[in-house]
Amino acid sequence: MKLSLPDSLLRDKSSGWCPGCGHGIITRMVAEAVEELGLEENFILCTDVACGALAAYVTKWNVIGAAHGRTIIAAAGAKRVRPDQIVLAAPGDGSAYSIGIESTIHCALRNENILALVVNNCVFGMTGGQMSPESLPGQKTTSSPFGRDPARNGAPFDVVKTLGSYDIAYLARGSVSSPANVIRTGKMIRKALQKQLDGQGFCLLEILSPCPTNWGFPDDRAGKALDYMRQQQEVFYPLGEFIDKEGSKDA
Amino acid sequence: MSKAVLNDKKCKGCFLCASVCPKNALSDSGRINEKGYKIVALDTEKCIGCGACYRMCPDWAFEIVD
Ligand SMILES: Cc1ncc(C[n+]2csc(CCOP(=O)(O)OP(=O)(O)O)c2C)c(N)n1
Ligand code: SF4
Ligand code: SF4
Ligand code: SF4
Repeated sequence: MKLSLPDSLLRDKSSGWCPGCGHGIITRMVAEAVEELGLEENFILCTDVACGALAAYVTKWNVIGAAHGRTIIAAAGAKRVRPDQIVLAAPGDGSAYSIGIESTIHCALRNENILALVVNNCVFGMTGGQMSPESLPGQKTTSSPFGRDPARNGAPFDVVKTLGSYDIAYLARGSVSSPANVIRTGKMIRKALQKQLDGQGFCLLEILSPCPTNWGFPDDRAGKALDYMRQQQEVFYPLGEFIDKEGSKDA
Repeated sequence: MSKAVLNDKKCKGCFLCASVCPKNALSDSGRINEKGYKIVALDTEKCIGCGACYRMCPDWAFEIVD
């Protein structure tokens, strides 16, 4: 078996992400899917003003840096004016489900032909680990030091419960908690991009991702963040494919 | 047999790779790289080229070669 890094990654440059951050794993998975489908020359990544934006400095893609919360709707606009391009929006959970939730919902209602890849690390990462809509009940964050209390802070947002009955092309949740989940989730990315190529419409893939810095494991050397994902994050947010409208040969 | 190749200049010492390696081929090198991170060491003898480290490394430090 040979595994080599896709050419669209700037492999000699060091990224700005913290040690152990899931954004780097996910960016590599996107690059693999882009290469497998031969999309390198026709691909636009739309980033947010958050940790995901650091992908712009270590990839060769065309990148649109959208305002915080406007990633998915900016991607939809780019796709409308450049339907020849494959467009992927990569907001965090704070962006997609808090300040940008109305864009997420209305792009889904309009079945915009894009892939919204939401990196769910259950916190506002870039601004210092505050509670996000995704923070788990009891999760300690810098703005919920005693743990999230649903009675006081509201219940976490589950995109599958909200978008699950919408008329969209694809709704799935993957994870990077293990090599097996990375393989499975990589297939989901490829499948969703293929759906865009086929003109099927709105795809939302949420990927559970670690933020060791803001989860309290900044110098972890024992895989504690991965244990937290498997024991907490994935129990609360189950993985799977929830809408797969016209199916596909892949995944 | 396939083997992992490690570019430890890129390593940030998160040890995600070591935590998933089925052969314990990745461990603390005791060294610090030029960026100041405590880096891992790869024992090529133990490596079976399974690709787990390549898939988990957030800093793209691995490739698997034949
Ligand atoms: C309009 C606006 N509001 C707030 C901010 C501050 N801000 C920057 S990133 C961010 C949240 C980041 O969290 P998330 O979207 O989950 O991404 P992550 O960094 O965790 O990957 C916020 C609130 C901003 N840049 N612009
Ligand atoms: S703060 Fe969290 S999400 Fe942001 S780069 Fe660091 S580990 Fe990644
Ligand atoms: S996963 Fe990558 S960055 Fe992390 S310790 Fe291993 S080689 Fe270094
Ligand atoms: S390829 Fe597999 S066996 Fe070899 S170092 Fe990586 S995880 Fe360990």
